Amino acid sequence: MSPASPRAGRRAGIALLRGAAVAVVLAWSLAPAIWQALTALKPDAQITHIPTIYLPHPPVWLHVAALWERKPFGLYLANSAWIAGWATLLCLAVAAPAAAALARMPGRGREGLLLALLVVSLFPPILLLFPLYEGVRALGWINHPLALVLPNAALNLPLAVWVLESALRGLPVELDEAARLDGLGPVRRLWRIHLPLALPALATTAVLVFIFCWNEFMLALTFMTRDPSKTVTAGIATVSGASLYEIPWGQLSAAIVIATLPLMVLVLLFQRGIVSGLTRGALKG
Amino acid sequence: MSPSDGRRERLLQLTPALLLLAAVVAAPILRIVQLSLFRVELHQGVVARWAGLDQFLRLWQDGRWWITLGNTAFFTGSSVGLEMGLGVAFALLIHPRFRARGAVRALVLLPWALPTAVMSLAWGWIFNDSFGVINDLLGRLGLIRGPVAWLGQPGTAMLALVVADVWKNTPFVTLIVLAGLQGIPEQVLEAARVDGLAAWPRFRRVVLPLLAPSLLVALAFRGVQAYGAFDLPYVLTGGGPGGATETVSLYAYQNYFRYLDFGYGSAIVVQGVALATLLALAMMRLAGSRGRQGA
Repeated sequence: MSPASPRAGRRAGIALLRGAAVAVVLAWSLAPAIWQALTALKPDAQITHIPTIYLPHPPVWLHVAALWERKPFGLYLANSAWIAGWATLLCLAVAAPAAAALARMPGRGREGLLLALLVVSLFPPILLLFPLYEGVRALGWINHPLALVLPNAALNLPLAVWVLESALRGLPVELDEAARLDGLGPVRRLWRIHLPLALPALATTAVLVFIFCWNEFMLALTFMTRDPSKTVTAGIATVSGASLYEIPWGQLSAAIVIATLPLMVLVLLFQRGIVSGLTRGALKG
Repeated sequence: MSPSDGRRERLLQLTPALLLLAAVVAAPILRIVQLSLFRVELHQGVVARWAGLDQFLRLWQDGRWWITLGNTAFFTGSSVGLEMGLGVAFALLIHPRFRARGAVRALVLLPWALPTAVMSLAWGWIFNDSFGVINDLLGRLGLIRGPVAWLGQPGTAMLALVVADVWKNTPFVTLIVLAGLQGIPEQVLEAARVDGLAAWPRFRRVVLPLLAPSLLVALAFRGVQAYGAFDLPYVLTGGGPGGATETVSLYAYQNYFRYLDFGYGSAIVVQGVALATLLALAMMRLAGSRGRQGA
């Protein structure tokens, strides 16, 4: 720090410190995922080498390739995408009109209902697990995608309503009046006027709901008993079942990387929406 | 258009959401309360006998239940405590403008968006006793002599669970605190700076009180979620070794699907939710009365 400009020196020092701290935080946040990727690219001899070999040399694709042969990994991915996709659509289709209604509701009732939704989103999933299992069995839905689509849509409904409601409330009331005078009913008003204007919030909500549905584990583990019906979370996590010493760590790491890749892409693409759009207090994890 | 028309319209718009929640949330809650009052046995089919509060009395005499409750309390307290502290620190770090802030924020938030069950496996590999990278790193730093079987001993298995949970969920707290920080007007901070407050008192006396609502929201969500933790202990430790990391959710799951004791599993869950609700109400009262004193 030069005595001539202690202030500027101090500022540079702070910037440097901040940079170092950010680097440490980033390393901590990314290390587990990076370590999986490195493991996935090593041949078995390097994975089980002691002392640990950090960088694969040379990187090999054999674990990634083997993944598609042994377990029905492609099916897991397809099941997850199918179930999370439909659950997201259903969730938004139900949440959007509810959010529109709440956004135009007088203060007291709106706050009460939003608070009730908040409480619902606080319930731990184990509370609903067994009764849902009974219902799923009674309906003959074990191993059927609907067994996961409906609960996933319902469990993410509070979040979706919160985010959409705060976006729709910001739209001017005059729009509603004009649309009404043009003879548009509530459905078309929502579809033609409100949702197009709330598109960023809608996209953020869709991404978040999709991520949470993709990540869901407890219900998938319980309702999907046949291997070809499993989602990727339940499929991968039950690989380890057999014997701790025979876990094919290379393949497992490859599976972990591939199962998380779509989410990484989504977060990187939509980070602005997730951070700023979602920061209205509506959160669930 | 009359006001009552508007009300009918709104009711219609709310109906699908209410129906979905009734089927997937309300009905199961009624059912689980009912189940908790019955003793369900399997003799050539399911036989349910009225048990009144017997299952709940059985809980108080069940040593394993007390252990799971202790495990859950310890896990919740330590992981949520660390997450709150680190979450605030991370948020303060990435709140101001700097180069590549958007990308940094996305990467810091990433763990929160990844599937817990899958990343628990990743942590299992990191804590692996023979080939785990933790053993290698700590060995190189001279902090441990010889490999540690992290998941094979009660204390270290719980430690591994807390580390993995802090990794996964600190970003959630960061996200909420970032939202809170965005709500603090720049003039307020400027005024504090003009008043000559240094960084720490400025944070302690100006920023922290303004963040209190965000912190309460984060604490409530994280507390409830950690208390109900299932995915992480199920995959990382399976509740072991010897039940040392078994949480309440895991014990209920075992009762349901391993011992097929549906009534008792339900009683564990109902009791757990009741305890959490009481705790939350007590905390809210405490926060409320302290808030009034402060005002």
